Amino acid sequence: MSPAELKAFQGRGELRAQPPPTVSRRRTLRGTLFANELLTTFRRWRTLALLSVLAAVPILVGIAIKIETSDGGGVGQGRGGEGPAFISQVTNNGLFLVFTALAATLPFFLPMAIGVIAGDAIAGEANAGTLRYLLVAPAGRTRLLLTKYATVMTFCVVATLVVAISALAVGALLFPLGDLTTISGTRITFAEGLGRAFLIALVVAASLTGVAALGLFVSTLTGSGIAAMATTVGLLITVQILDQIPQLHALQPYFFSHYWLSFADLMREPVYWDDLQKNLGLQALYAAVFGSAAWARFTTKDITA
Amino acid sequence: MDQPPATEPHPEGAGDSVIHTRALTKRYRGGQLAVDGLDLTVPAGSVFGFLGPNGSGKTTTIRMLMGLIEPTSGTARVLGRPMPRATRAVLPHVGALIEGPALYGFLSGRDNLIRYDAADPTADPRTRRARVASALDRVGLSAAAGKKAKAYSLGMKQRLGLASALLQPRKLLVLDEPTNGLDPQGMREIRSLVRELASDGTTVFLSSHLLDEIEQVCTHAAVMAQGRLITQGPVTDLAAKGRLVVTTPDTGEAARVLKEQGAADVVITEDRVTTEPPEGELADINAALVEAGVRVRGFAVERASLEEAFVALTGEGFDVAG
Repeated sequence: MSPAELKAFQGRGELRAQPPPTVSRRRTLRGTLFANELLTTFRRWRTLALLSVLAAVPILVGIAIKIETSDGGGVGQGRGGEGPAFISQVTNNGLFLVFTALAATLPFFLPMAIGVIAGDAIAGEANAGTLRYLLVAPAGRTRLLLTKYATVMTFCVVATLVVAISALAVGALLFPLGDLTTISGTRITFAEGLGRAFLIALVVAASLTGVAALGLFVSTLTGSGIAAMATTVGLLITVQILDQIPQLHALQPYFFSHYWLSFADLMREPVYWDDLQKNLGLQALYAAVFGSAAWARFTTKDITA
Repeated sequence: MDQPPATEPHPEGAGDSVIHTRALTKRYRGGQLAVDGLDLTVPAGSVFGFLGPNGSGKTTTIRMLMGLIEPTSGTARVLGRPMPRATRAVLPHVGALIEGPALYGFLSGRDNLIRYDAADPTADPRTRRARVASALDRVGLSAAAGKKAKAYSLGMKQRLGLASALLQPRKLLVLDEPTNGLDPQGMREIRSLVRELASDGTTVFLSSHLLDEIEQVCTHAAVMAQGRLITQGPVTDLAAKGRLVVTTPDTGEAARVLKEQGAADVVITEDRVTTEPPEGELADINAALVEAGVRVRGFAVERASLEEAFVALTGEGFDVAG
């Protein structure tokens, strides 16, 4: 505990007339603001709806592949390079549906869901008026912002895992499972493939930290949850479009979505780390820049809602 | 956090005041002056009525006291500590209801309180359920605790808001329009709750635009209009002195006797003679009237209401500031 914190505590004890409560660093999550925030977020109907949509994507993709290949043909034959990565391999091995589903949801569905949750984080509370009661509780502005960011990050992981697990279940149901071939052509066991899939899901979740920070920053700017969600999702779409315009080549490496699909490199043997590192570095940069901006804004803002 | 030494709770000689502001001013970004040089002192243990028409700056003042908005200039001290700098140390001792309740509609009443309690880092999670249950009980919401808050009526929401202010023993309760949306029975309950809390030693800072509400429960009051403090002090000093009213058909004779008894400012209206109450025993005056053959049908001191006092102070009605 820092001397400043100690001092704050003495002050509190003096005000309270009773001995100050024993401060122990909490060892469990139970009863903390973070635990409560998680519960509150995941009890919202909206959160559950977003997760259901995400779970539905692999089901649709799986069924579509099954139908298209039911005549014995392959997927996307003669149209090489089209469709999400790994899609042509799904019929041989259901595990590839995990990679396909993540590649299909990462450009839009996943970041949109994050944008909704992050955009609503502060602005939604302001809109409902509950923000003022959290702050006079007193939640503390920095503490509340960190709690919100941690919750959004947890949602990133949960959302990604929902896609991955749904895809794994559908893949196992509709297609055979077994050893698989990496992009480099080497064969790895199914267990190792599962490990890679889990790693990929984590990298995908980490790829969303930039959007999460951006959404949280936008959320501190406005008192309307809907406006913050719309702005965040709008920014996401704009960046995705700009990333496709060749004339902006010089700028594109700084777009948060530019290296997203680098997670496929985890399926190489050996793993090709360059773009993965660039991706994670870029996400850290976005988190630092927009996280600081959100903090600067939120800790000095007049709460009039 | 840089806080002043904890050993000096009242460095500015604020004495026993729970809230003390000096030249507190808030100008919003649009240039609108919401609060203008406010010097407010709320004595410890008082039930303090904070009066003013809608738009007079009451809520802006409360938000500054609670550290929600930063003053443009001036200082505010709550429980002897500067706000908004010492929010972490001060606010756990303050229960607040600001501009009506705000709830999570998809959570039950109980879960709403659990959430607000979890937001307070000094609240003990082990006693949380018990404290929430007793707060619900105190505002009469135990039966509806499991219902989703969106199904609550306005009065129930108001009660739940009050319950959130009562989750812990507080030194100061800030209640902004606490009886809004309540029926007369609910208003009475809130008033008796406020009295009960005050008798436990809690200072209650009660903002309202309902003058008779303030008059019924408050020991002290302050009046704001258009961002400025017009007056503050004990309620008995603020209300204009009462007048002695004698109802009689013999008004002329009554007026003569009253003047004889030393009454000033005697006014005759139809069958009533009103006057400033003279010094001395009122019963003697009544006896003198009867002795002089005045047929006394009514004899009473009518206290002027705070509303009359307010009109006298501001020279205007109790309307929304333009």
